[in-house]
Amino acid sequence: MQQIINFIIRYKNLLLYLLLLIISLGFTINAHSYHRSRFLNSANWVSGSIFQTSDNITTYFQLGAENKKLLEENRKLRLLLSNRQIKDTVAIDSASLHYKIIAGRVIKNSYANPRNYITIDKGEDQGIGEDMGVITATGILGIIENTSANFSTVQSILNIKSNINAKIKNTNHFGSLVWNAKDYNTVQLMDIPRLVQLNIGDTIVTGAMSSIFPENIPIGVIKKFDLNVQKSFYSIDVALFNDMTGIKNIYVINNLERPEIKALESETKNGQ
Amino acid sequence: MGNNFYLTNAARFVLLVLAQVLVFNNLNFFGSINPMVYVLFLYWYPIKENRAYFLIMSFLLGLFIDLFSDTLALNAAATVTIAYLRPTIMRFCFGVNYEFQSFKLSNTTNVQQITFLALLILIHHIIFFSLEIFSLSNLLLILKKILTTGLATFIVCLLFRTLFSVRKN
Repeated sequence: MQQIINFIIRYKNLLLYLLLLIISLGFTINAHSYHRSRFLNSANWVSGSIFQTSDNITTYFQLGAENKKLLEENRKLRLLLSNRQIKDTVAIDSASLHYKIIAGRVIKNSYANPRNYITIDKGEDQGIGEDMGVITATGILGIIENTSANFSTVQSILNIKSNINAKIKNTNHFGSLVWNAKDYNTVQLMDIPRLVQLNIGDTIVTGAMSSIFPENIPIGVIKKFDLNVQKSFYSIDVALFNDMTGIKNIYVINNLERPEIKALESETKNGQ
Repeated sequence: MGNNFYLTNAARFVLLVLAQVLVFNNLNFFGSINPMVYVLFLYWYPIKENRAYFLIMSFLLGLFIDLFSDTLALNAAATVTIAYLRPTIMRFCFGVNYEFQSFKLSNTTNVQQITFLALLILIHHIIFFSLEIFSLSNLLLILKKILTTGLATFIVCLLFRTLFSVRKN
């Protein structure tokens, strides 16, 4: 007994160090293996309020540019609206809505790490939950990963864990959109079969396979394509429409049918 | 000394966390270089102090940075490691002088201090980026990140060190 106590006293710093190291590695590895059980994320009251305050100050200097972007988006929407054939007003029946859209603002952006997360100023109180899609006026941004009462973190498409269903516009060839952590303007589209005719400049949009994003949300254009090692699938570099370095206004998409789809999928799995 | 010591360290802690998460995490030199200036906390921390307390402070510092920058607990792991290795590094840099009771950082030569700072940054970055990317196939990317970010951190830390140098004559 005496010896054990002596040992602990003698090596107390080493033991403390090992304990702290194991705690931190525990947090890290835990988050590697489970998709969303992260304790440490910036969607909490402390960091959220600090980022919000800092954002309130810095946003002021970007108002002009933001206004221009919003004006451009409004122009596009007006163009769509005024060229519609239906003359009369269109009634929107709230019972038959498929998607709900929540507008928000980015309060912390990052794009230099292999795992990038974006913090936004809307949370559970505003109706945001896990696995909702996040887009901007020009393209997709990511998926909600953690939420608190008033803030959420978004797993950016610039994250090596990100995997989003995407397809080539006006075709039904779909693959998965991933990121290789090299360049923040480029993401990779994998698993497009070799027989597909590709051209540089083709548009890539979200696919219909996911219940997170609606179909046909723009992502980017093909910059370069190669066959992979097995020569059976393409690996395509996609230049993003979004400028990931300067995002302010975002929309969160809540697919109201997702719980039903999820329930059905888990039922099917259990039945096997 | 006592009260002043805690106050100085607490202020340094808070200011370094805020500077790191609000300013230096958004710098993005050449697209992806964000210097990690909070390492300076370990450089400035008094030498003859309770080691256990120092380890816990360093761990919390890393954890706070992680909380703000969504980096799991990578900063905590890297920071607590250099906190543990600090006496060894100091013995390496300052030699026998370090053993004396009257040893002070300001009494050593500039070269020794800079070597000490550089070693802290190097070890911190090696651990941080190896854990962050965590794959041998990306060894080149890890090395590139260690070198570029390490150099940026080193330069910014040197500037800070000169800016806030304590002169006690």
